[in-house]
Amino acid sequence: MTLEGYTQQRVNIHLGTGKIDLDTLSEDFCTSWIGGYGFGAKVLWDELKPGIDPLSPDNILVWAIGPYPGTNLPTSSKYGLFAKSPLTGMFGMAISSGSIGQQARRAGHNLIAFYGKAEEPVYIMFDDGDIQIIPCKEIDLWGKGAWVADEILKEHYNDTKLSVAAIGPAGEKLSKIACVTNDRNRQAGRTGMGCVMGSKNLKALCFRGTKSVKLAHPKEFFELSKELYKRSIGTATSKYRENGTPDGLVSYNDMGMLGNYNFREGYFDKMENFSGQWLNDNLVVKKVACSQCPVACDHLAMVPKEHPDWAGSVGSMDIESIYALGSNCGHNDWSAIIKAITLCDDLGIDTISGGTTVAFGMECFEKGIITKKDVGHDLSFGNSKAVVTMIEEMGNRSSKIGDILADGSRAAAQKLNGDAMKYAMQVKGLEFPMFDIHGMTSFAVGVSVSVRGACHLRNGAYGLDAKGKFDRFGYDKPLERGKGIKSVEDEYAVIDSLIICKFTRGIYHERQDYCDVYRTVTGYEMTPEKLILDGEAIHNLAKCFNIREGATKADDYPPERFFTEPTTRGPTKGITLDKKGYTSILEGYYEARGWTKEGVPTDETLKRLGLDFVIGKLPGGKK
Amino acid sequence: MPRHEFIVCDPEKCIGCETCESICSFVHDSEFNPLHSRIKRVRIEPVVNMSLSCQKCEDPDCVNACPEKALEKSEKDGSIMVDEDKCSGCAFCIRACPFGSIALSTTSGKVVICDLCESTEWEEPQCVEFCPREALALRTVDQIGDEKRIDAVKRLLTEIIAESK
Repeated sequence: MTLEGYTQQRVNIHLGTGKIDLDTLSEDFCTSWIGGYGFGAKVLWDELKPGIDPLSPDNILVWAIGPYPGTNLPTSSKYGLFAKSPLTGMFGMAISSGSIGQQARRAGHNLIAFYGKAEEPVYIMFDDGDIQIIPCKEIDLWGKGAWVADEILKEHYNDTKLSVAAIGPAGEKLSKIACVTNDRNRQAGRTGMGCVMGSKNLKALCFRGTKSVKLAHPKEFFELSKELYKRSIGTATSKYRENGTPDGLVSYNDMGMLGNYNFREGYFDKMENFSGQWLNDNLVVKKVACSQCPVACDHLAMVPKEHPDWAGSVGSMDIESIYALGSNCGHNDWSAIIKAITLCDDLGIDTISGGTTVAFGMECFEKGIITKKDVGHDLSFGNSKAVVTMIEEMGNRSSKIGDILADGSRAAAQKLNGDAMKYAMQVKGLEFPMFDIHGMTSFAVGVSVSVRGACHLRNGAYGLDAKGKFDRFGYDKPLERGKGIKSVEDEYAVIDSLIICKFTRGIYHERQDYCDVYRTVTGYEMTPEKLILDGEAIHNLAKCFNIREGATKADDYPPERFFTEPTTRGPTKGITLDKKGYTSILEGYYEARGWTKEGVPTDETLKRLGLDFVIGKLPGGKK
Repeated sequence: MPRHEFIVCDPEKCIGCETCESICSFVHDSEFNPLHSRIKRVRIEPVVNMSLSCQKCEDPDCVNACPEKALEKSEKDGSIMVDEDKCSGCAFCIRACPFGSIALSTTSGKVVICDLCESTEWEEPQCVEFCPREALALRTVDQIGDEKRIDAVKRLLTEIIAESK
């Protein structure tokens, strides 16, 4: 039986030899691993040799979609990239939206695995079933920014709707925080997937598909999609539609959760005009959407015409980019934030890691670990122009410090002397998202156990603190908290496998809604119980990948700063995390997951999740 | 001359989500394919988004261009009707249409043009129904002129309107 929704086609591209072969994904594979994250986790577990250098040809880059691209399901046009991360040395993953998912789906591809390394820089054109590996030199593509590369390719193929995912100079120059950019403002941002593309001499992926997408139960799906459309323009998404994610600047700051000055503080001292409202009233010029998204969270802001340096620059404003390149670097200069975002997107740097690594550089500068002589200019907190300059230098590796910071805060700290590592705000090598966790005892664990490193999208446990489900300064009920952290993590594993956008998670009122969509698209009778168990299994498999790569309990702790340096203002003033209390919640989470006290899944847990094939392959696993 | 409704898109409201494209092909063919869509979204980076479909021209270039006389403007609702038996798929109409609002089906090899969902089981055009920002609307030229005039007067007489409240 074939499933609808899935094309079930897997493409293996051997970049070293230019050989391309096709494979069929079985129905069992599709319905067990769902898509996206699940596909990535399974392929990397099965095929990636443990301990390899992520920048060597041995690394495998997996591109995957789920069953939904090409349909009008809200936020369905998503794809994911998966590989061993050069930034973390562990499970790397990044998800993006835009037009790629639907074009690739119509071209017939479900999963693409890239092996080896091309002899020279290439891009790949997926023109329906015709797949061509083409040297970049034919159209002078290498060295170009991701935005320019997109324009060149669209023009070359004379197709304004050609979908292009490209790396910029940062990826080419193997910056470990390099992202992949598509549709200008959408990025597969985190864990250095752009760096992996660069290491494979892979500049861009182009997709064009002409085949129709059929559904198992079109009439039922139509009614369902209509209802979901209604919900997706209702209260469940109003925050994202109106002022967009920057709305959170004020509300999170009011709770002392807005990272600033490299996470010395959670309550920003420069909140004047630093709100989603002000941004929308004054600088947002347009809201745009990814393909098949009714939400349009993408708020485009323009640097005012009278600005001496960056007039007319248009950037995509998300709270994570704003915090990283703004408050975390100690300034609230919107023009600099907009300009820095455009540079990150075009040069191909993850805005979160990029901004937080600049903040790291600023603290090192303040502490004298790097000097004005090293940098060539002032790199003090609050110097907004320096943020823009530094991002440029990092993306191009065009200065001594830019070259060092281009590999993220952990690698940079290893190269610098003294106490630099104290100022690297990362977990497992991945830089922190916006939340200051001084007063977030549940999310402190959530963000730290995330399999891809510090991340709010692998683990939405910030809601437990922000919504007051538990005392956010306390450490009681460790097992209940652990269950809460596990629950959102499993849910997110489902969402990232299906793949849909987390901004529409609120339109699914119950888990059955997910199953109804899945059934009407694919024809497979999914149950809520199986779906969430699949999510749990996928998460566990990614965790096992990390353990196989040498991850230990120590990798599930946040930076020391949060335990030892209290903030000095706002509602979290004077507060630090307590290590003993933290460990109790961490162990509560391990227990909720059915892992040992050291954070290793037990054989019993692996069996319960259908991960029998992992048993015996984990160092430290309970026999 | 009867006034006919057609689909207009407000570029101020349009977010460029392409939902109109996907839903158009789905309600006509029960499958998704934007190539078969009678409405197309245009995006010019970074900020311009607008969808276009048949404008129901009074003297349609497409009808005049068709060498097979396969196109006819309906008197009832002003839509351009495609006689599939006559259409050869030569695409002269596509070249003639000043709005790029005609598509050639990859499966039937015939052209497809917005029929306001007349040929489907739905009474209202589904792109308008599904548009998440109400950027799409059914209007006659008179209604469009009316709305424009009201907007213009509101702009011109802001003070008087405010005082009169």
